[in-house]
Amino acid sequence: MQDAKAMKLKVGLAEMLKGGVIMDVTTPEQAKIAEDAGAVAVMALERIPADIRAHGGVARMSDPTVIKAIQEVVSIPVMAKCRIGHFAEAQVLQALGVDFIDESEVLTPADEEFHVNKWEFKVPFVCGCRNLGEALRRIAEGAAMIRTKGEAGSGNIVEAVRHMRAVQGGIRRLALLGDEELVTEAKNLGAPVELVRQVKELGKLPVPNFSAGGVATPADASLMMQLGAETVFVGSGIFKSDDPEKRAKAIVSATTHYTDFDLIARVSEGLGDAMPGLEISKIPEEERMAERGW
Amino acid sequence: MITIGILSLQGDFERHQSMISALGHETLPVKTREHLARCRGLIIPGGESTTLIKLMKKHDMWDAVIEFGKKMPVYGACAGCILAAREIVGLPQDSLKLIDIAVQRNAYGRQVDSFIDDIKIQLNGKTDSMEGVFIRAPRIVSLGKSVTPLAWHHDDVILAEEGNVLVGTFHPELTDDLRVHDYFIRKVAKTAKITG
Repeated sequence: MQDAKAMKLKVGLAEMLKGGVIMDVTTPEQAKIAEDAGAVAVMALERIPADIRAHGGVARMSDPTVIKAIQEVVSIPVMAKCRIGHFAEAQVLQALGVDFIDESEVLTPADEEFHVNKWEFKVPFVCGCRNLGEALRRIAEGAAMIRTKGEAGSGNIVEAVRHMRAVQGGIRRLALLGDEELVTEAKNLGAPVELVRQVKELGKLPVPNFSAGGVATPADASLMMQLGAETVFVGSGIFKSDDPEKRAKAIVSATTHYTDFDLIARVSEGLGDAMPGLEISKIPEEERMAERGW
Repeated sequence: MITIGILSLQGDFERHQSMISALGHETLPVKTREHLARCRGLIIPGGESTTLIKLMKKHDMWDAVIEFGKKMPVYGACAGCILAAREIVGLPQDSLKLIDIAVQRNAYGRQVDSFIDDIKIQLNGKTDSMEGVFIRAPRIVSLGKSVTPLAWHHDDVILAEEGNVLVGTFHPELTDDLRVHDYFIRKVAKTAKITG
């Protein structure tokens, strides 16, 4: 019962973020630009994914100084990332009063077998996934929001599309299955049968489903929304571009009005260069962030 | 059947849609002035008030909603309450000024301070209790003389109305309780009857 109430509050905040854009920021100045551009939340980071990728080494939770400085200057929710399975980082982030924790594959995993038991926390968690089974495993661990992983810091939308299509396809497939087939489907998905049954009934995930990893343009945002994302995370795509302020505003408008193509055409004009972007096949397999977590 | 518009720029507009549908009325997602012109009432949902302000101003909705709210019923929930208020305390934030209240944003704290608690609600002369879901909620810190309080959490007024405008700081749309939405639809029905 306590769990149900706590979950209602956690999913409730995720509901409030729908139709918006969540932006990665590394400084209070960037956070202010994001808020002024209409971001619904910011993700406080020490380095954006493209720089984490370039920098190499172990990527960890941000320095609390960075998180606190960003909390000081914005009134919108502030999110932060912990390493997969690093429940102590999550406990520290909760103590700092962040509004949402992203247990993220962008950071170097701390546990190669277990994710954080998110039911134990008061603060809601968002987790990445590549398919329906992974999404449901994270929800079973207490995640209040799911985001498809994409490939962070790549500026390439192809993985985000792959993962969103896999999740939506998995959901559609359930609608065709008879009740007697659900246990086997749950076994194949590696997910609890209760959740599989719930998704079949709802025709969607029981928590909001956002998209991340590779959004660089207003049209990218529209694409992900049309494929079924309820909100878009933009990481490196904004502050690695020529004109972050203008691009941030354009992506916000395109996310809200994602089927108004005249409007998207208009806001896409004169944005300058997008982030350079990487071809996924050129990223060595061990450096692909989406492969982290299971 | 009445068509209720739900401002669908950002926020939990789908939850409000489900409430109105459950009450047997039609909803229209409002993203433009043209959509708004087709509605008999408007719900401004929970979401991020700063984002809603930016989007409304950028896409030519700000003045239209102010004009709409002068005559037609508007229900602002959470962020919608912040937008409808006359004044936002302590922040240089613009508002639609549809109801004579002052609100403080994030008045209870951050997400870890969000809570669910019993509230007291007084609709149509009947006092009752209800589940109140408060998420990074604002607080109504002062009410003008012509504003009627309709619900309370301890000493805080959390639902209030003035003329055709209804505002609340909590989220009935995150529960199965249809009373607040039912009350709003009755308001809309009354206005629709008068204006024809």
